[in-house]
Amino acid sequence: MSNTNTDFLLAIEDLTVSFDGFKAVDSFNLYIDKGELRVIIGPNGAGKTTVLDMICGKTKSTQGSIKFKNKELTKLREHKIVRAGVGRKFQTPSIYENLTVFENLEISYPWGRTVIGSLMFKRDQKVLDSIHKVAEQIYLIDDLDKQAEFLSHGQKQWLEIGMLLVQKPELILLDEPVAGMSVKEREATAALLNEIVRDRAVIIIEHDMDFVAQIAKKVTVLHMGKIIAEGTMDQVQNNEKVKEVYLGH
Amino acid sequence: MKSQSTPTLTPNEGFLDKLLSGRSSFLSYSLLALILVVILPLTLSEFRLNMCGKYLCYSFCCIGLVLCWGHAGILSLGQGLYFGLGGYSMAMFLKLEASDLESTKIQTTPGIPDFMDWNQLTELPWFWQPYHSFTLTLLLIIILPILLATLLSFFYFKGRVTGVVFAILTQSMVACAWYFIVGNQGFFGGINGMTDLKTLNGWDIREPSSQKILYFITVACLFGCLFFSKWILNSRLGRVLSAQRDKEERVRFSGYDLTAFRVFIFAVAGVLASIGGALFTLQVGFMSPNLIGVVPSIDLIIYTAVGGRLCIVGAVYGSLLVNTARTLFSEAYPTLWVFIYGALFIIIVLALPKGIAGIWSDHLRVRVRSLLKLDKKDKPEKLTT
Repeated sequence: MSNTNTDFLLAIEDLTVSFDGFKAVDSFNLYIDKGELRVIIGPNGAGKTTVLDMICGKTKSTQGSIKFKNKELTKLREHKIVRAGVGRKFQTPSIYENLTVFENLEISYPWGRTVIGSLMFKRDQKVLDSIHKVAEQIYLIDDLDKQAEFLSHGQKQWLEIGMLLVQKPELILLDEPVAGMSVKEREATAALLNEIVRDRAVIIIEHDMDFVAQIAKKVTVLHMGKIIAEGTMDQVQNNEKVKEVYLGH
Repeated sequence: MKSQSTPTLTPNEGFLDKLLSGRSSFLSYSLLALILVVILPLTLSEFRLNMCGKYLCYSFCCIGLVLCWGHAGILSLGQGLYFGLGGYSMAMFLKLEASDLESTKIQTTPGIPDFMDWNQLTELPWFWQPYHSFTLTLLLIIILPILLATLLSFFYFKGRVTGVVFAILTQSMVACAWYFIVGNQGFFGGINGMTDLKTLNGWDIREPSSQKILYFITVACLFGCLFFSKWILNSRLGRVLSAQRDKEERVRFSGYDLTAFRVFIFAVAGVLASIGGALFTLQVGFMSPNLIGVVPSIDLIIYTAVGGRLCIVGAVYGSLLVNTARTLFSEAYPTLWVFIYGALFIIIVLALPKGIAGIWSDHLRVRVRSLLKLDKKDKPEKLTT
């Protein structure tokens, strides 16, 4: 485990996880700057989601280190990692269907997350303001009182992104944020992502190449748990190894 | 902004507004109060009223189950354990008061409860000492379930043991408690329980007039517990609990440590059951292991399911109705009751997953509202996208 401190927001070194001997992620290195938007692509089973799972503590790594603002994350429990400033969006929209959009956003509000704190939680002007601000960003300002289960699939995806924004994280991990979205919704999402990346770093896993081309400046290609290419979209697309992996052997 | 006028966006709701959010909630509490405080005492005989008081004691456990099972998704098949903690605490206090030197002078060791004397105990065990004081007894009725519930659930919830596994663990705990009491005859009176409870600080609890007062005390405590539960459910904690029931991971990745939340609501359910147990002992005049075992614990689940596991007021109706039906049917057709009871449970599970409360909230409310032309904005919006 390395003890070196870096200027990077997130520095992943030599990260490995094996499930019964199968190395889903193998000696993975990744450095993310503040304000960077990084897209991770790769065929099915490449280990993309597992990388995100390890950053946010859902899966424990076998070896290696994940440093967020020079703080080691591999030994922390999930809620501690969240409180350190990492937000995670899941592949399928994971929202509270029985609550309203407003309540969904409110639960993520980073205050009163203890038992006593949540009993005493007051919905004051500050909470309202920050929730309204986020609701406007995610195009749901007019639906605050709607029960979340009545949202469209795309709106649910936005709502979950909004729930992360309310937490004010410095690093956001998004797992296929535009899966199942219409073309129009994709464009709106691209605009949204370009806006939120101004204040924070974002790591996105995505399959949709058109969408990746729309948002990505730097792309990392993962295959069989290993990085096979890294660079701009053009560089990556012209990489022989990448072509081979995507076209199959 | 059109959404500004809607209720969820009003900052700083008043305390009472929070407790009785909305007109329908206020109405349902008033109706329950009317039934329990006016109608039942005026129409029922003293004997029947006392029985209702007894049933209401189960309601405390059911309210706890609504919080812990209905809203937080933690099924406990062992609430009898906490019912027993309160019940036995109260019984131990009353038993000590009933075992004064004068009335126990024929015993080998006067001044200790009769069953201890029969079991060759010559000294009051140390853990009985606090029960000389009524204040300490009341405190223990609250503190013991908190301690026990925390101890018995903390490590499981930390290890993320939930669902069926946890339910079975709670059931085995209540079975353990039963064996423990039965096996320690000298300390807790064994299978016979604690009987011959007479007075509370000199006040004869067996008198019909005292029974009536105890009934009203029970109703008052019940409303206290209902408001307390309503306050919890209306707080952010209530929303977090139902959120973690449906999307555990999401809540965890919003920065919550779920262990503390689960232990908290499990302990609250325990305290409510314990209060119910203490009031039960006062009204019935004895406490025995068969009142708190595995079967009574499962009965509590059935009352809750019948009343509606998401509705705290429904829990009260559930325990009242099922117990009344049980009494009436077993008086008329003693052998048939078990079958009716089983059928009732099957019907509830299949047809009314939200219990009696669901009949109102899912079927009747919309109709009544459209009949009365009440406000339309409370109706859930149907798909708009």
